[in-house]
Amino acid sequence: MSNKVLVTATINDEERSFVCEPRQSLLEVLRDVLHLTGAKEGCNNGNCGACAVIMNGVLVNSCLVLGVEANGAAITTIEGITPKEGLHPLQQKFLEDAALQCGICTPGFIVAAKALLDKNPNPTEQEVRYWLAGNLCRCTGYDKIVRAVLDAAATLRAEKQAA
Amino acid sequence: MQAFSYVSARTLSEAADILAREGDQAKCLSGGTDLIVFLREGRRSAKVVVDVKGIPELNQLGYSPKEGLTIGAAVPLHRIYNDAHVIEHYPGLIDAATLIGGIAIQGRATLGGNVCTASPAGDSIPILIAYETTCIVASRNVTKAIPLEKFFVGPGRTVLQPGELLVALKLPPPKPNSGAAYLRFIPRNEMDIAVTSAGAMVVLDEDKRRFVGARLALGAVAPTPLFVPEAGAALTGQPVSDEAIEAAARAAQAAARPITDMRGSAEQRKHLSYVMTKRALLRAIERARGG
Ligand SMILES: Cc1cc2nc3c(=O)[nH]c(=O)nc-3n(C[C@H](O)[C@H](O)[C@H](O)COP(=O)(O)OP(=O)(O)OC[C@H]3O[C@@H](n4cnc5c(N)ncnc54)[C@H](O)[C@@H]3O)c2cc1C
Ligand code: FES
Ligand code: FES
Repeated sequence: MSNKVLVTATINDEERSFVCEPRQSLLEVLRDVLHLTGAKEGCNNGNCGACAVIMNGVLVNSCLVLGVEANGAAITTIEGITPKEGLHPLQQKFLEDAALQCGICTPGFIVAAKALLDKNPNPTEQEVRYWLAGNLCRCTGYDKIVRAVLDAAATLRAEKQAA
Repeated sequence: MQAFSYVSARTLSEAADILAREGDQAKCLSGGTDLIVFLREGRRSAKVVVDVKGIPELNQLGYSPKEGLTIGAAVPLHRIYNDAHVIEHYPGLIDAATLIGGIAIQGRATLGGNVCTASPAGDSIPILIAYETTCIVASRNVTKAIPLEKFFVGPGRTVLQPGELLVALKLPPPKPNSGAAYLRFIPRNEMDIAVTSAGAMVVLDEDKRRFVGARLALGAVAPTPLFVPEAGAALTGQPVSDEAIEAAARAAQAAARPITDMRGSAEQRKHLSYVMTKRALLRAIERARGG
């Protein structure tokens, strides 16, 4: 296709340049152009949160952002949350607390939860539930996810206190 | 998705020039939470998508006791509900802004987009009408002010002509002893479209015993968001009493002309017009009294 555009963005703390069509969503660009396949396509219309990323510090659904809108932006995906070695406490607690089954919703939940804990390190259960209302899971029934987020929040607070 | 070109406009005149040149084949992009879905589903077509988020006038969010609140059309909801002035002076707007979508939608969605999508169920619209909002509309040559209740002509249709865009919403400063609230009825707690909703603003006298004035608007009960001046008239000059609130709720019920769809029947929506009006008024009165 014609009318491709050059876009430069900071993705997971690394400056990246890529070429995309204006009609391509940020989700398509992440997955198909940059091969960052952690963000998932569930609904492609903003309802499920599986494609969540953090853009300039704000949680967004990447299926409802155009790739060209990322020009000059800083974007964090699930790949950027995963440490070089081991797992992020959110990832660890999702495993320990059995907060996933098929796993398709998990990257979105973890990115969304990360955005919450960055802002509010000590959320109540109700705050977690409201924050995650835009993420759908068809397997777990949500309870274990909420518990994993609360557990990860406690771990992160303890780590911070120790440091 | 259909192919289009993309321009990130930096000034109002740059955007207005493109809109004037391309007519209805140019579409403004704010948060994209409606537009990208519409384009993907083929419900809208565009040759050019004009991103308006980089235009300073559309990004302003300012309050002064004299001028009231100015909200640029492209200011996302999370900025609005985290703004100290909005929290202090326009709690009814917080009700609506925190209801629209979930957190990831609120990171992008704007009031300008909610108003321009012109859904009869658009959650910001009834409370903005209750707050006596004016739309600032610009084209290449003209800027004009339109009362929000005159902005809608049908489902998904506004008075905006090709070449025009919404720049900002202006809310007058809150009157002394006033309060406002927005409530919607949905079958679940989050992430749904209103079956019926009500936005109310009341102004009380100094003793907070009598209505000096009131404005009410309903959502999802007519082809457009519905301003109900009869409800305000039923309250003005009356003591704050069950009888006056009942009369206003009956007036709202009489004004509603809903349809039956998958979300609810016309009959249920008629009833909800009455119930939601009552509840929104009670909450607005509570806030006017400092609650
Ligand atoms: C999962 C999900 C949940 C949602 N939940 C709700 C809800 O609970 N309540 C609700 O009311 N809505 C809801 N919506 C709809 C949508 O999020 C809102 O209507 C939102 O406010 C639209 O704002 P936006 O900035 O994203 O608009 P955009 O998508 O950018 O634009 C919307 C329309 O307005 C036009 N437009 C935008 N800016 C301007 C301008 N400055 N001048 C002229 N035209 C302009 C666009 O061309 C487009 O036609 C939901 C959407 C999704 C995807
Ligand atoms: S794929 Fe983006 S919200 Fe579902
Ligand atoms: S684990 Fe399967 S959808 Fe959530």
